[in-house]
Amino acid sequence: MAEALLEVVGVTKRFGGFTALDGVDFMVRPGERVGLIGPNGSGKSTLVNCIAGTLRNEEGSIRFEGEDIGGHAAHRRIRMGLARSFQIPKPFASMTVLDNLCVPLFYAARKHEKLAPGRIVEEAVRILEQVGLAGRAHAMSRGLTQVDMRKLELARAMAAKPKLLISDEAMAGLSASEVDDILALLFGLKEQGVAVIMIEHVMRAVMKFSERIAVLVAGRKIADGDPQVVVGNAEVVKAYLGE
Amino acid sequence: MSNRIFAVVALAVALALAAVTQLIPNEYFFSAAYTVLLFVILATAWNILGGYTGYVNFGSAAFFAIGAYTTVFFYNAFKAPLPVGIVAGTLVAGLAGLGLGYLTLRLRGVFFAIASLALAVVLYIFVVNWDYVGGARGAYVLQPRDVPFGLPRYIHLIYAVQLVMAAFALIVARAIEHSTLGRGLAAIRDDELAAECSGVPTLKLKIFSTMVSCALMGMAGTTFPYYLSYIEPSSVFSLSYAVNSIAMPLIGGMMSWMGPLIGAVLLGTVQQLVQVTVSSAWNLLIVGVLLVFFVTLAPNGIMGWVDAWRRKGR
Repeated sequence: MAEALLEVVGVTKRFGGFTALDGVDFMVRPGERVGLIGPNGSGKSTLVNCIAGTLRNEEGSIRFEGEDIGGHAAHRRIRMGLARSFQIPKPFASMTVLDNLCVPLFYAARKHEKLAPGRIVEEAVRILEQVGLAGRAHAMSRGLTQVDMRKLELARAMAAKPKLLISDEAMAGLSASEVDDILALLFGLKEQGVAVIMIEHVMRAVMKFSERIAVLVAGRKIADGDPQVVVGNAEVVKAYLGE
Repeated sequence: MSNRIFAVVALAVALALAAVTQLIPNEYFFSAAYTVLLFVILATAWNILGGYTGYVNFGSAAFFAIGAYTTVFFYNAFKAPLPVGIVAGTLVAGLAGLGLGYLTLRLRGVFFAIASLALAVVLYIFVVNWDYVGGARGAYVLQPRDVPFGLPRYIHLIYAVQLVMAAFALIVARAIEHSTLGRGLAAIRDDELAAECSGVPTLKLKIFSTMVSCALMGMAGTTFPYYLSYIEPSSVFSLSYAVNSIAMPLIGGMMSWMGPLIGAVLLGTVQQLVQVTVSSAWNLLIVGVLLVFFVTLAPNGIMGWVDAWRRKGR
């Protein structure tokens, strides 16, 4: 078994009296595609926020490539190669699509990719071509359509040159063909050796994409394993459909 | 245009303006122009934090006052000449900005604005009760009798110094705007969380931009005691500095260094004209009316309007 890329052990996060995550263990191997599912409010986004550093967990440890990153600010984690996209797209609205990508290229990718400053725009264009936004490179990001906004969100995470990308509901509310577009994009990342955690409610996409699925319910992980086995698990069915 | 070329051009323009305008016989011109230039510096400085980074500072008057009172302190203590006051005032205001940044920049949006306003009030009370710099009575700073460079009066010198400092402020603002740092600041302004998650060290950048912004505001205040020969707390901590340094970038446009310059020259000149022709009490009223006008009709300021017009022409 390969060494773990990301290792989450016993992570607990409380908001006042409410326990959003309760001793969650979770791991991802290099290049692995993992689906993370669970009903609304089960703690998926909270787990992502703890991993990415936008929230601090009270208990447990988070290790990335063997290094304990629990105390690192978010910008340090992304520089190590841990990128995330946001559930609700957060484009840099005053910038063009191209400039949106230049931010992580300048501030994150340059640290470990040794990109020469002159090559940054070139690299941004290459990523935009990859996600199919090259034609919109010089458009203002606030004017994009919903699906293009999601693509930009993923492209910006990719521009940080991550080893692990966390895609937080990139497909919610998209049409079937748009879902396929985004799926193709994420499959493309696998070819580059990037591990992906996909958080999604679109089951068709998760089942197609994931090599392994973990299920969170009410802050606890109740299942983790082969997708077919997991969706057949009685507890999982109960959590989604009731008795 | 590279930063170095811009710096040379800006300084050359400032010196040329300073030299040419010395021929103007009306002495009031220098006094009025000094005030307009003071606002150019304040607006440019405010915009580094407010426009580029998106953090509204209501405490401009406090940093302006720090500059002015540092000059007074060094004058009282060592009879230090103007250049010492300029350097010291800029540094002290920068340090105060660093402190403010450290203490408050974990606060977002409106909370930072309130904290900056609170700082102005605290500093005001501090200065009123500090007897060494005159307390509530105010302090005198005598203009030297000998004016260098063969200039006729001291106001001519102060005006020229202010011109060069305004050029300096613009050079700094433009350099920041066009750098990687400026891109990081813009990312913070647009979405701080997304910026942090794109690798931008948000806290460090915010503290840096607060420090630079506050240092330049302090620089604007350092010549002020010499300008009037006398300062007292309520005039230095005047609301008009805080309001104008926000209104001018807003009217000119907050996205580029040119916005605050245009806003300050426009608004400052109008205020000076009204002060002479109508009444000094009308100043802030005019600012208010212009603000309402611009916020409703040109929310991105004059520069935003120009940009939109240029884009349409293409």
